[in-house]
Amino acid sequence: MVNPIHPAPARRGGVHGLPEIIVNKVIIKELNIWFGKTQALKNLNLAIFRNEILGVIGPANSGKTSFLRQLNRLNDLESNCKAIGKVLLDAQDIQSINPEILRKRVGMIFALPQALPISIYDNIAYGPRMHGIKDRKRLDAIVEEALNASFLWEEVKDRLLESATKLSGGQQQRLCISRTLALGPEVILFDEPCSGLDPISTAKVEESMLKLKEKCTIILVTNNTKQAARVSDRTAFFLMGELIEIDTTEKIFTAPSDKRTEGYILGKFG
Amino acid sequence: MKTPAKQKIAFAILFLCTVIVVLPVLFILAVVIKNGWPAINWEFLTTMPRNNMKAGGIYPAIMGTIYLVSLSTLFSLPIGLFAAIYLNEYAKENMLTRLIRLAIVNLAGVSSVVYGLFGLALFVTFLKFGVSILSGALTLAIMNLPVIITASVEALASVPYSFREVSRSLGASRWQTIRHSVLPFAIPGILTGAILSLARAAGETAPILFTVAAFYLPNLPHSIFDQAMALPYHLYIISTQVPGISQQMRYGTALVLVGIVFSMNIFAVIIRSRFRKKKKW
Repeated sequence: MVNPIHPAPARRGGVHGLPEIIVNKVIIKELNIWFGKTQALKNLNLAIFRNEILGVIGPANSGKTSFLRQLNRLNDLESNCKAIGKVLLDAQDIQSINPEILRKRVGMIFALPQALPISIYDNIAYGPRMHGIKDRKRLDAIVEEALNASFLWEEVKDRLLESATKLSGGQQQRLCISRTLALGPEVILFDEPCSGLDPISTAKVEESMLKLKEKCTIILVTNNTKQAARVSDRTAFFLMGELIEIDTTEKIFTAPSDKRTEGYILGKFG
Repeated sequence: MKTPAKQKIAFAILFLCTVIVVLPVLFILAVVIKNGWPAINWEFLTTMPRNNMKAGGIYPAIMGTIYLVSLSTLFSLPIGLFAAIYLNEYAKENMLTRLIRLAIVNLAGVSSVVYGLFGLALFVTFLKFGVSILSGALTLAIMNLPVIITASVEALASVPYSFREVSRSLGASRWQTIRHSVLPFAIPGILTGAILSLARAAGETAPILFTVAAFYLPNLPHSIFDQAMALPYHLYIISTQVPGISQQMRYGTALVLVGIVFSMNIFAVIIRSRFRKKKKW
């Protein structure tokens, strides 16, 4: 299960003599999240490297999604959610960033492809339009570039004005990736993006993730451990709201240091 | 008894109940059309009543109803829609919103004659609008508000939560999300509810009784501060207050009223069915 094509990047900050701020895109300090009285995430400390794909695995209710949704403050939409702790994006506390700007910088792909029932073009242009871009030529260019980045352009370029709901599930998920890319995000959060997709569509989504890594930092929450093994540089294992272990994907999948990680990867629980 | 036989009997009873629901509607339609149709002609629809309302047409009553319905829409649709947006999209679930919801449900249950008295007290007397189209339209608007709000809240709530989530995740503000990702998909449902409530307004007698309706006017109203005749009230007076009016004329008036209400309802059903075909989520 080792991934030979995509070796892990340099280990924790300072290896190349670079300061932490350059190595780390996102730093999470003592993050605790509650939904009502249930604690979803317990005292999480984690640094996410620039331009890496961080895979996050773990059984249901392990806090993976709550963690992910905290990074673009989507948890703010839930009235019963309370979070304590810090999330730093490029060393800046995300609570001090306007959420609308933050969500432009930290994009999100949901588990089910959520194409809006409007045209393909309007789906992609939605984000840029909400941020004030009205010029048609500029929008055209953004749409084409975003669709190219998820390898969808060739498939849909002749029917941009058709409803996005006519696309297949896999195409819709890549449309959602393009829609997020149209905002030029620095970090992309993938929340089990392939859970409803067939193997071929999954491969296409994974291919685009590997390409996106050149420009963005990617956090991939997945229920499919094999997917984490295939694409992620490092993998984190969550259990019951706690980070059990984080290491290079190779290490996690060959010689995990915690018994529970090994048990989960071997399919003994979860 | 074997299960299939039981099932057949159960289905038969259910079917019978359905037929019982539909029968009165068909019966009313049949009676009104049979007795009223001979009265319907161009003159009946477009001329003033003559000879103490025993002859001539019902033109002013038709126009009065159209004025009332359109003006009350102008008041109730925006207010109802904005209230619904607030309730469904902004309001937090607390004591106050629960009270508001309770008030709306109760308003919907208040009998229409109470609205009439309320309109008389507030618009006619207190605000000094007099017995006028304005007073009547406002009274009808208040009567319609709970229905429009309830229909609009339902239409907004039927738009999947994921649309809002996606829109917010793309950095849209709360209002942008409502404006671009919720309202466009709720509009048909809102319109359907609004039209149905207007159809009800068109047919109500009690709310306009004290606030606008005139027994007989020689001219059409000139402004919203004039009184007006209206179909349901006209039907009421020619049926009970004026002796010697032909049955044909009464049923003719009823047919016009039922026709207006029915065509509005059918219009609403068409909007709804077209929307359902387009709906893809």
